[in-house]
Amino acid sequence: MNALTGTAALTRLALRRDRITLPVWVFGLAAFTAGTTALWTDQYRIAADLVQDTRIAATSPGIRMLGLASGPSVGGYAMVRDYVLLAVLAALMSTFAVVRHTRQSEETGRAELIGAAVVGRHAGMAAALIVTVGVNAVLAVLLGLAMTATGQPAAGSFTAGAAVAAVGVAFAGVAAVTSQLTSSTRGASGMAAAVLGVAFLTSGIGNMAGDADPSGLRVDSAWPAWLSPIGWGQQMRPFGGNQWWPLGLAVALFLACVGAAALLATRRDFGQGMLPQRRGHAAASRTLRSPLGLAWRLQRGALLGWAVGMLGFGLVMGSLIGQVRDTTGTARDWYARLGGSDQILDAYHASVLQMAGMAAAIYAVQVLLRMRAEEADGQLESVLATAVSRPRWVASHAITALLGATALLLVFATGTGLAAGGVLGDPAGQVRTLIGASLVQLPAILVIGAVVIATVALLRRFAGPVSWALLMASILLGPMFGPTLKLPQWAQDISPFTHLPKAPAVAVTAAPVLALIAVVAALAVTGLVSLRRRNLALPA
Amino acid sequence: MTAAISVSGLVKNFGTTRALDQLELTVSAGEVHGFLGPNGAGKTTTIRVLLGLLRRDGGQVSVLGEDPWRDTVSLHRRLAYVPGEVNLWPNLTGGEVIDLLGSLRGGLDPARRADLLDRFALDPTKRCRAYSKGNRQKVALVAAFASDVELFLLDEPTSGLDPLMETVFQDVVRELRQAGRTVLLSSHILSEVEALCDRVTIVRAGRAAESGSFDELRHLTRTSVVVETSRPIDGLGDVPGVHAVSRDGPRVRFSVDQGELNRVLGHLVALDVRSLVSSPPTLEELFLRHYGEDIATARGDADLVGVR
Repeated sequence: MNALTGTAALTRLALRRDRITLPVWVFGLAAFTAGTTALWTDQYRIAADLVQDTRIAATSPGIRMLGLASGPSVGGYAMVRDYVLLAVLAALMSTFAVVRHTRQSEETGRAELIGAAVVGRHAGMAAALIVTVGVNAVLAVLLGLAMTATGQPAAGSFTAGAAVAAVGVAFAGVAAVTSQLTSSTRGASGMAAAVLGVAFLTSGIGNMAGDADPSGLRVDSAWPAWLSPIGWGQQMRPFGGNQWWPLGLAVALFLACVGAAALLATRRDFGQGMLPQRRGHAAASRTLRSPLGLAWRLQRGALLGWAVGMLGFGLVMGSLIGQVRDTTGTARDWYARLGGSDQILDAYHASVLQMAGMAAAIYAVQVLLRMRAEEADGQLESVLATAVSRPRWVASHAITALLGATALLLVFATGTGLAAGGVLGDPAGQVRTLIGASLVQLPAILVIGAVVIATVALLRRFAGPVSWALLMASILLGPMFGPTLKLPQWAQDISPFTHLPKAPAVAVTAAPVLALIAVVAALAVTGLVSLRRRNLALPA
Repeated sequence: MTAAISVSGLVKNFGTTRALDQLELTVSAGEVHGFLGPNGAGKTTTIRVLLGLLRRDGGQVSVLGEDPWRDTVSLHRRLAYVPGEVNLWPNLTGGEVIDLLGSLRGGLDPARRADLLDRFALDPTKRCRAYSKGNRQKVALVAAFASDVELFLLDEPTSGLDPLMETVFQDVVRELRQAGRTVLLSSHILSEVEALCDRVTIVRAGRAAESGSFDELRHLTRTSVVVETSRPIDGLGDVPGVHAVSRDGPRVRFSVDQGELNRVLGHLVALDVRSLVSSPPTLEELFLRHYGEDIATARGDADLVGVR
């Protein structure tokens, strides 16, 4: 028996467990890529528009942070807009998959059961990595096919697929290491996500600090971009040279990480990490001793991470205001339509606040689904066996999530206002205007939150997938994509975001806000009543 | 004596499966009541109905005079619960969980909390993910026992504890009984039940198979006898009331129905008895009688499946 005995069987087990999850990831990413590429193929039938928007992307430092221009082509423009998002999602897909089959199995005790069978020490990790690298290879091919199908050149399309998968493969290695370092699933995923954040920032800063070439259509990145797997993928230059050698850097990082993880695995005990467990408080603080305090304790880690992200997002969006002021053509039209005004600055503010509102809604779904996890994992049994009623438990989570989402909007508005004020002057006034306007997003976030509560109460096991699907539908049917995709009005009206007043560009009216709040009340009451009446779905 | 828990005709279905079928259970105020039964018999389901976590499909349930489904919150202020599978928040420490659950129940006694932590030798600064099963159980036990409540519902509370901690647990339960508290103790550890409980209810396949004090239950079952005689024993199996005869060298073992012992002794005396040991039925035997039927039923089912 060697260290890899049993890998084949564990690989089959991992594939069986992930037979829904991984196909949803890769087909979802491929569909998103096909849809957006088709959109831009349609939008940039006139070459002059494409040249103009590529020049904006190449010369605006803010957009360079989010995407790297490699010359005027529809595929290249799709890379500017989509690549970083795809790379981040591929990295998350890989991280979750590796952590799920290594650290999570160990934390839940499944690995103990397996480890006692005829299974080598490294078989679990090997199986996780085989599955994850395999799914990234499938993703590369699907993305290539998706872009080819919309009429893009095959060479560029498959380079793009490989450039995304390169980041996925690199983070499979990163997650293999973080799974060895910490003893918890959340810790392992969180550390890998932090590495991903650093990778995003270094590649973004490298591109921002780079130079546009004389044509003004292609950016030569500065050295920090070469420190990041996301940067390596961008330097493969899909549709702008198609260089494959940076893929070798990602593979080298993957192999180095796997070697390090294997070494760490032989030097630690089962169930433990390399980092020592910190001791905690022997008694609960005063704030923890209530359902509200518990909900806050469970949500605060996620909120802190989100707040940092939203502040950075706000600062970037605010600093772009100078470029936006000078924007012309299709980009200006897009902002005007999204923001509901010809006053480009107000329209821009309204549009970025809508994006922030959607981000805060994602946060709300994430933290409210913790209720479902508490029920399925059994912690809820201990809570509801005390003098806490079911409505009070739901209310604690809902209030904490609502306050968290509000805080995120305020942080974003402050970041945007300060950065925009730095460009336009009067930061205090900018912050004031944006804070007021950002709160207009709350009714839509409340609707999404109430939907989650209703699904947790009514659908139990399917609450997670259904909540996420409804959120994605609300975003896709909403004002950011609905009009661009030329969806019929009734479809757009399904999204709560469609009904929000476009503040600060348009005056806020009470009727739509009140209507949304009525929907919230109806959903919340339905959820609370059915939760009050049903059995708890506790573990056996 | 008033009943702390009174359950009659309780029915609970999960889909088409009937988990509880006309279950009867009465626990008097101030007693420690053993709740026994094989895995899957419905013990945890019963306790969850008593807590109002599950909704009953039929029958009457009253806990401390209240309806657990309707008066959940006011009832829960008066009781404490230790679940069979203790699931805690991995990033909270044991001490934090004890305080949290205590506060949610309406407060706990700090001096008693400190005393219990000491007696159960539990380190409250460790995070729950680092606790073993036994230590997670101790967290739940300390949180429950540090509360000043009338009723304790304990669902297999010692299944992960070592023998030393088992002793501590038994001491604490005895103290609770002296203080006049009521305890419903679901357990598989028969010595624990025998040591602690005033009365027991044995549940099987969702029904209460038997209920009463040990003495009452013993009357329902057989006495075991081991005997050695000078002359060979023959035909013992034909004597009415004698069961399960087996030979072990010169000794013969068998069991006798209640009330038949005298007639069997008469038969034995004629064979010149050298030694005789008669023991009352143990709880194990009582238990095995009910479990045995389950095993037989399960085998019967398996055979049926095989035939199909």
